[in-house]
Amino acid sequence: MAERPRLKVPKEAKKGEVIEIKTLISHAMESGLRKDDSGTLVPRKIINRFTCEFNGKAVFACDLEPGMAANPYFQFTVKVEESGTFRFSWTDDDGTVVTADEAITVT
Amino acid sequence: MRALSRRDALTLGVGTAAALAAPGRSRAASNGAEVEIAKFTGGKTAEPGRIAIDLPEIAENGTAVPLAVTVESPMTAADHVAEVLVIADANPMPRIATFHFTALSGRAEAATRIRLAATENVIVVARTNDGRFYTARKEVKVTIGGCGG
Repeated sequence: MAERPRLKVPKEAKKGEVIEIKTLISHAMESGLRKDDSGTLVPRKIINRFTCEFNGKAVFACDLEPGMAANPYFQFTVKVEESGTFRFSWTDDDGTVVTADEAITVT
Repeated sequence: MRALSRRDALTLGVGTAAALAAPGRSRAASNGAEVEIAKFTGGKTAEPGRIAIDLPEIAENGTAVPLAVTVESPMTAADHVAEVLVIADANPMPRIATFHFTALSGRAEAATRIRLAATENVIVVARTNDGRFYTARKEVKVTIGGCGG
Protein backbone atom coordinates (compact mmCIF):
# COMPACT_ATOMS: atom_id res chain seq x y z
CA MET A 1 0.00 0.00 0.00
CA ALA A 2 2.82 2.36 -0.80
CA GLU A 3 0.87 4.30 -3.37
CA ARG A 4 -0.97 7.48 -2.46
CA PRO A 5 -4.74 7.19 -2.56
CA ARG A 6 -6.50 9.27 -5.20
CA LEU A 7 -9.08 11.77 -3.93
CA LYS A 8 -11.60 14.00 -5.61
CA VAL A 9 -12.91 16.58 -3.15
CA PRO A 10 -14.20 20.04 -4.13
CA LYS A 11 -11.96 22.88 -2.86
CA GLU A 12 -14.94 25.16 -2.16
CA ALA A 13 -18.62 24.80 -1.37
CA LYS A 14 -21.61 26.82 -0.16
CA LYS A 15 -22.84 26.39 3.42
CA GLY A 16 -25.35 23.54 3.55
CA GLU A 17 -24.35 22.18 0.15
CA VAL A 18 -24.21 18.41 -0.39
CA ILE A 19 -20.89 17.71 -2.08
CA GLU A 20 -19.69 14.55 -3.78
CA ILE A 21 -16.43 12.82 -2.85
CA LYS A 22 -14.60 10.12 -4.78
CA THR A 23 -11.72 8.03 -3.44
CA LEU A 24 -9.60 5.27 -4.91
CA ILE A 25 -6.72 3.31 -3.42
CA SER A 26 -4.50 0.74 -5.13
CA HIS A 27 -4.85 -2.64 -3.45
CA ALA A 28 -5.06 -6.22 -4.77
CA MET A 29 -7.86 -7.10 -2.29
CA GLU A 30 -6.67 -10.71 -2.15
CA SER A 31 -9.89 -12.59 -1.33
CA GLY A 32 -8.35 -15.66 0.30
CA LEU A 33 -10.20 -17.84 -2.21
CA ARG A 34 -7.80 -17.57 -5.13
CA LYS A 35 -5.17 -20.20 -5.88
CA ASP A 36 -1.77 -19.31 -7.31
CA ASP A 37 -0.13 -21.15 -10.24
CA SER A 38 1.08 -23.97 -7.96
CA GLY A 39 -2.45 -24.53 -6.65
CA THR A 40 -1.81 -23.09 -3.18
CA LEU A 41 -4.48 -20.86 -1.68
CA VAL A 42 -3.30 -17.25 -1.54
CA PRO A 43 -4.01 -15.94 1.99
CA ARG A 44 -6.63 -13.25 2.43
CA LYS A 45 -5.31 -9.69 2.52
CA ILE A 46 -7.81 -6.92 1.98
CA ILE A 47 -8.60 -3.43 3.14
CA ASN A 48 -11.33 -4.18 5.67
CA ARG A 49 -12.39 -0.65 6.63
CA PHE A 50 -12.63 2.75 5.02
CA THR A 51 -13.62 5.87 6.96
CA CYS A 52 -14.22 9.53 6.20
CA GLU A 53 -14.28 12.13 8.99
CA PHE A 54 -14.89 15.86 8.73
CA ASN A 55 -13.36 18.04 11.45
CA GLY A 56 -13.08 14.93 13.63
CA LYS A 57 -16.71 13.83 13.18
CA ALA A 58 -17.63 10.57 11.43
CA VAL A 59 -19.32 11.17 8.08
CA PHE A 60 -19.15 7.94 6.12
CA ALA A 61 -17.54 4.53 6.60
CA CYS A 62 -17.55 1.14 4.98
CA ASP A 63 -16.74 -2.36 6.22
CA LEU A 64 -15.26 -4.21 3.26
CA GLU A 65 -15.40 -7.95 2.61
CA PRO A 66 -13.50 -10.06 0.06
CA GLY A 67 -16.42 -9.46 -2.33
CA MET A 68 -15.18 -5.91 -2.91
CA ALA A 69 -13.29 -5.37 -6.16
CA ALA A 70 -9.53 -4.70 -6.27
CA ASN A 71 -8.49 -1.04 -5.91
CA PRO A 72 -11.46 -0.12 -3.74
CA TYR A 73 -13.37 2.86 -5.06
CA PHE A 74 -15.96 4.89 -3.16
CA GLN A 75 -18.26 7.66 -4.14
CA PHE A 76 -20.41 9.26 -1.45
CA THR A 77 -21.82 12.62 -0.34
CA VAL A 78 -21.25 15.01 2.55
CA LYS A 79 -23.33 17.96 3.71
CA VAL A 80 -20.90 20.73 4.62
CA GLU A 81 -21.84 23.51 7.06
CA GLU A 82 -18.36 24.89 7.83
CA SER A 83 -14.83 25.03 6.45
CA GLY A 84 -12.55 22.26 7.56
CA THR A 85 -10.57 19.16 6.77
CA PHE A 86 -11.61 15.74 5.62
CA ARG A 87 -9.60 12.80 6.90
CA PHE A 88 -9.81 9.55 4.97
CA SER A 89 -8.41 6.27 6.28
CA TRP A 90 -7.98 2.77 4.87
CA THR A 91 -7.22 -0.15 7.23
CA ASP A 92 -5.46 -3.25 5.88
CA ASP A 93 -5.87 -6.79 7.28
CA ASP A 94 -2.19 -6.56 8.34
CA GLY A 95 -2.98 -3.56 10.56
CA THR A 96 -1.49 -0.90 8.29
CA VAL A 97 -3.54 2.28 8.13
CA VAL A 98 -3.17 4.74 5.26
CA THR A 99 -4.59 8.22 5.84
CA ALA A 100 -5.06 11.26 3.63
CA ASP A 101 -6.36 14.76 4.37
CA GLU A 102 -8.14 17.26 2.16
CA ALA A 103 -9.28 20.77 3.10
CA ILE A 104 -12.45 22.54 1.95
CA THR A 105 -13.48 26.20 2.21
CA VAL A 106 -17.19 26.69 2.91
CA THR A 107 -18.74 30.12 2.39
CA MET B 1 -33.81 -3.58 -25.01
CA ARG B 2 -32.46 -5.95 -27.62
CA ALA B 3 -34.40 -8.89 -28.98
CA LEU B 4 -34.09 -12.20 -27.17
CA SER B 5 -31.23 -14.16 -28.68
CA ARG B 6 -31.28 -17.88 -29.25
CA ARG B 7 -28.87 -18.34 -26.33
CA ASP B 8 -31.05 -16.25 -24.01
CA ALA B 9 -34.10 -18.21 -25.04
CA LEU B 10 -32.31 -21.48 -24.29
CA THR B 11 -31.03 -20.26 -20.90
CA LEU B 12 -34.50 -19.06 -20.05
CA GLY B 13 -35.90 -22.46 -21.00
CA VAL B 14 -33.39 -24.34 -18.86
CA GLY B 15 -33.93 -21.98 -15.92
CA THR B 16 -37.68 -22.38 -16.06
CA ALA B 17 -37.36 -26.15 -16.30
CA ALA B 18 -35.03 -26.20 -13.28
CA ALA B 19 -37.38 -23.96 -11.30
CA LEU B 20 -40.28 -26.27 -12.09
CA ALA B 21 -38.28 -29.36 -11.22
CA ALA B 22 -37.31 -28.05 -7.79
CA PRO B 23 -40.27 -26.17 -6.38
CA GLY B 24 -39.66 -24.17 -3.23
CA ARG B 25 -35.92 -24.63 -3.39
CA SER B 26 -34.02 -21.43 -3.84
CA ARG B 27 -30.57 -21.53 -5.37
CA ALA B 28 -29.74 -18.68 -2.97
CA ALA B 29 -30.12 -20.74 0.19
CA SER B 30 -26.67 -22.31 -0.05
CA ASN B 31 -24.28 -19.46 0.71
CA GLY B 32 -25.81 -18.17 3.94
CA ALA B 33 -27.18 -14.90 2.52
CA GLU B 34 -30.43 -15.24 4.50
CA VAL B 35 -28.45 -15.83 7.72
CA GLU B 36 -26.38 -12.68 7.17
CA ILE B 37 -29.51 -10.64 6.50
CA ALA B 38 -31.20 -12.01 9.63
CA LYS B 39 -28.09 -11.12 11.66
CA PHE B 40 -28.23 -7.57 10.29
CA THR B 41 -31.95 -7.06 10.94
CA GLY B 42 -31.96 -8.93 14.25
CA GLY B 43 -34.70 -11.15 12.83
CA LYS B 44 -37.00 -8.23 11.89
CA THR B 45 -38.63 -8.24 8.48
CA ALA B 46 -37.26 -5.68 6.06
CA GLU B 47 -39.93 -3.83 4.13
CA PRO B 48 -39.40 -3.80 0.35
CA GLY B 49 -38.85 -0.36 -1.16
CA ARG B 50 -37.16 3.04 -0.67
CA ILE B 51 -33.93 1.67 -2.16
CA ALA B 52 -32.65 2.17 -5.68
CA ILE B 53 -29.92 -0.23 -6.82
CA ASP B 54 -27.93 0.75 -9.87
CA LEU B 55 -26.19 -2.28 -11.38
CA PRO B 56 -25.64 -3.41 -14.95
CA GLU B 57 -28.14 -5.96 -16.33
CA ILE B 58 -25.23 -7.97 -17.66
CA ALA B 59 -21.67 -7.89 -16.31
CA GLU B 60 -19.21 -9.36 -18.78
CA ASN B 61 -16.55 -9.47 -16.09
CA GLY B 62 -17.51 -10.16 -12.49
CA THR B 63 -14.23 -8.87 -11.02
CA ALA B 64 -15.35 -5.22 -10.87
CA VAL B 65 -19.06 -4.58 -11.24
CA PRO B 66 -20.12 -0.97 -10.63
CA LEU B 67 -22.76 -0.69 -7.90
CA ALA B 68 -24.60 2.41 -6.72
CA VAL B 69 -27.15 2.40 -3.91
CA THR B 70 -29.54 5.21 -3.00
CA VAL B 71 -31.94 5.08 -0.08
CA GLU B 72 -34.80 7.58 0.26
CA SER B 73 -34.36 9.41 3.56
CA PRO B 74 -34.47 12.96 4.92
CA MET B 75 -31.00 12.32 6.40
CA THR B 76 -31.57 14.53 9.45
CA ALA B 77 -30.15 13.85 12.91
CA ALA B 78 -33.60 12.56 13.97
CA ASP B 79 -34.31 10.46 10.88
CA HIS B 80 -31.52 9.05 8.74
CA VAL B 81 -30.24 5.85 7.21
CA ALA B 82 -27.48 4.54 9.47
CA GLU B 83 -26.32 1.34 7.78
CA VAL B 84 -26.67 -0.33 4.40
CA LEU B 85 -25.74 -3.99 3.95
CA VAL B 86 -24.85 -5.34 0.50
CA ILE B 87 -25.26 -9.09 -0.07
CA ALA B 88 -24.68 -11.33 -3.09
CA ASP B 89 -26.71 -14.54 -2.90
CA ALA B 90 -24.36 -16.79 -4.90
CA ASN B 91 -20.90 -15.48 -3.97
CA PRO B 92 -18.68 -17.82 -1.89
CA MET B 93 -19.16 -15.31 0.94
CA PRO B 94 -22.51 -13.50 0.91
CA ARG B 95 -21.47 -10.25 2.58
CA ILE B 96 -19.84 -7.71 0.28
CA ALA B 97 -19.91 -4.46 2.21
CA THR B 98 -21.65 -2.48 4.93
CA PHE B 99 -21.93 1.27 4.40
CA HIS B 100 -22.25 3.51 7.45
CA PHE B 101 -23.99 6.84 6.97
CA THR B 102 -24.60 9.78 9.32
CA ALA B 103 -26.77 12.89 9.25
CA LEU B 104 -23.65 14.62 7.86
CA SER B 105 -23.86 12.40 4.77
CA GLY B 106 -26.56 14.65 3.32
CA ARG B 107 -27.84 11.84 1.12
CA ALA B 108 -27.92 8.09 1.74
CA GLU B 109 -26.09 7.16 -1.41
CA ALA B 110 -22.82 5.45 -2.19
CA ALA B 111 -21.12 3.86 -5.17
CA THR B 112 -18.35 1.28 -5.37
CA ARG B 113 -17.25 -1.76 -7.38
CA ILE B 114 -17.98 -5.33 -6.34
CA ARG B 115 -17.06 -8.90 -7.26
CA LEU B 116 -19.77 -11.26 -8.48
CA ALA B 117 -19.03 -14.97 -8.85
CA ALA B 118 -21.95 -15.89 -11.08
CA THR B 119 -25.34 -14.72 -12.27
CA GLU B 120 -26.97 -13.85 -8.97
CA ASN B 121 -29.05 -11.41 -6.95
CA VAL B 122 -27.54 -8.44 -5.19
CA ILE B 123 -29.61 -7.76 -2.08
CA VAL B 124 -29.44 -4.45 -0.25
CA VAL B 125 -30.82 -3.97 3.27
CA ALA B 126 -30.94 -0.53 4.91
CA ARG B 127 -31.33 0.24 8.61
CA THR B 128 -32.55 3.64 9.78
CA ASN B 129 -31.28 5.20 13.01
CA ASP B 130 -34.61 4.33 14.69
CA GLY B 131 -34.47 0.66 13.69
CA ARG B 132 -36.62 0.40 10.54
CA PHE B 133 -35.40 -1.90 7.78
CA TYR B 134 -35.90 -1.64 4.03
CA THR B 135 -34.73 -3.97 1.30
CA ALA B 136 -34.39 -4.29 -2.46
CA ARG B 137 -32.71 -6.73 -4.83
CA LYS B 138 -31.47 -6.82 -8.38
CA GLU B 139 -30.25 -9.68 -10.53
CA VAL B 140 -27.04 -9.35 -12.53
CA LYS B 141 -26.13 -11.76 -15.30
CA VAL B 142 -22.40 -12.47 -15.03
CA THR B 143 -20.46 -13.83 -18.00
CA ILE B 144 -17.07 -14.38 -16.30
CA GLY B 145 -17.10 -14.80 -12.51
CA GLY B 146 -14.91 -12.61 -10.34
CA CYS B 147 -13.99 -14.65 -7.29
CA GLY B 148 -10.92 -16.56 -8.45
CA GLY B 149 -10.79 -20.33 -8.67
